[in-house]
Amino acid sequence: MPEIASQIAEAGVETMEINLGPHHPSTHGVFRAVVELDGEIVLNVVPHLGYLHRGFEKTCENKHYHQVIPLTERCDYMGASSNSLVYCMCVEKILDVDVPARAQVIRVMMAELSRIFSHLFWLGTHGHDVGAMTPLFYCLREREEIMNLFELTAGGRLMPTYLRIGGLIRDLEEGFPEKLRAFTDHFDRRVDEYETLLTKNAIYVDRTKGIGLLPLKDAVDLGASGPMIRASGMAWDVRKREPYCGYEDYDFDVPVEYGCDVYSRYLVRIREMRESNRILKQALDRLPDGPIRAQKAGVIFPPQEDIYTRMESLIHHFMLVVEGLKPPTGDYYQCIESPRGELGCYIVSDGGPKPYRLKWRAPAFVNLESLAKMSKGAFFADLIAILSSVDIVLAEVDR
Amino acid sequence: MNQEAIRDKLASRFGEDVIQAAKEFRAQFSVTVRPAGILNVSHFLKDDPELAFDFLSFVCAVDWYPNTPRFEVVYQLYSTRHNHRFRIRTILEDSASGPAAVDSVTPVWPTADWHERETAEMFGIKFRNHPDPRKLLLPDNWTVHPLRKDFPLEGTEEHTPDLPR
Repeated sequence: MPEIASQIAEAGVETMEINLGPHHPSTHGVFRAVVELDGEIVLNVVPHLGYLHRGFEKTCENKHYHQVIPLTERCDYMGASSNSLVYCMCVEKILDVDVPARAQVIRVMMAELSRIFSHLFWLGTHGHDVGAMTPLFYCLREREEIMNLFELTAGGRLMPTYLRIGGLIRDLEEGFPEKLRAFTDHFDRRVDEYETLLTKNAIYVDRTKGIGLLPLKDAVDLGASGPMIRASGMAWDVRKREPYCGYEDYDFDVPVEYGCDVYSRYLVRIREMRESNRILKQALDRLPDGPIRAQKAGVIFPPQEDIYTRMESLIHHFMLVVEGLKPPTGDYYQCIESPRGELGCYIVSDGGPKPYRLKWRAPAFVNLESLAKMSKGAFFADLIAILSSVDIVLAEVDR
Repeated sequence: MNQEAIRDKLASRFGEDVIQAAKEFRAQFSVTVRPAGILNVSHFLKDDPELAFDFLSFVCAVDWYPNTPRFEVVYQLYSTRHNHRFRIRTILEDSASGPAAVDSVTPVWPTADWHERETAEMFGIKFRNHPDPRKLLLPDNWTVHPLRKDFPLEGTEEHTPDLPR
């Protein structure tokens, strides 16, 4: 026996390196991580990215400003309207163009619908990752209603491409406010239903409380934003601190939790869905009449009626489509609160029709940096729960 | 703190040999710093209690080819305590031997790790003292830098073939 004991002592510990992904149902996309394990304990996680890298930034440098809008929507395909919102706002700021009030309110509606849309999918897949298969089907039922609303605006269910530089492509359809009102009326009770499934579920709490701790100082150092940092105790929401699009006129709270763990992030996102519903109701109440696109000859598309009746509008429309709009030289950074965090768009304009440099500050990319820190010392099964709590969308991470 | 005050504080703390220029566009200020002084300026921006820029939004590069000097690195900062933003940029000197280089700011803001890795592989810029200078998004065997202006959008058959060889 003593020889065996000394042999075991001499043999030492060998760690195992396991490949997680890129084809994996729980990685939410083509994400590969090389995980170093000591038995079941995670020692280190090294993400290998780039499987969905499509050269987004380089492609945008070769397209006119308007042609970039559909590309931006395909970055974070879960909350597509947030992406086009930040891009259009950045270009409008460079052009120094004010968007009319009706378009601002409709943009807020689209942004909040995107937030609910994204959080619902996150809730379903996150529940799936920890073993709760039921929430996903209920969440998809709600998402179907939201996709019908998106389809009413501009025809696309997932990526409507409804926003344009200066406002929107066209006004809301007949019946859209009523359908949205019906959705907001019953959505609160639906969120209550989802909470009954998970919030006080002993198994769920056991699997997520105390898992994936990200203290506040680490969160700020590693650049985490959005629900990740709100679950670590900082009440930072770009909509409150640096309001855009009229958010200062809406009455909503910023949910903050202090647990720094996966359970806190769940609570923050559930409450964010309720707050988004509040904002939607207020937006419906205050929807003003008016134009849905700014008027600035030569840079903003003229209204459709003018193109058919006035010669200058026809010429401007033609030149905008063929040559593209030419903003002044300069650079600007615009950020918004996307469902994942601080989504930013930095554009350097050289006066030409194509952006000279477009940098997309993707929140999922930066939030993923904290994965290694959060999962050191956790069980392998907890790694999956932590990864799903970061809420990554690979198209945004890899661009 | 408003943007002019931040710029004036930087200019008074560091002289002409560090701060090259300041620019304003649509109420956003950016200050150009010499590459040798980027670490000192970063430490000051983070540690000074009135500025307290503890959050780095992103690090990116801009390629001004065919102008020389060619590369410019941009840092976008945010203070979670005082709720103000600022931008600093540095113009890298072209080097005849090897890629253009600048110090990594990961000692100041650890989040710069992945931003600098991506910028390094996309532009061919070297970040000195970076803790982990591997490629991030691109395949490991690529030797080209796609976001440079002289690299074609479609890629080249020689360096970025459609099918792996």
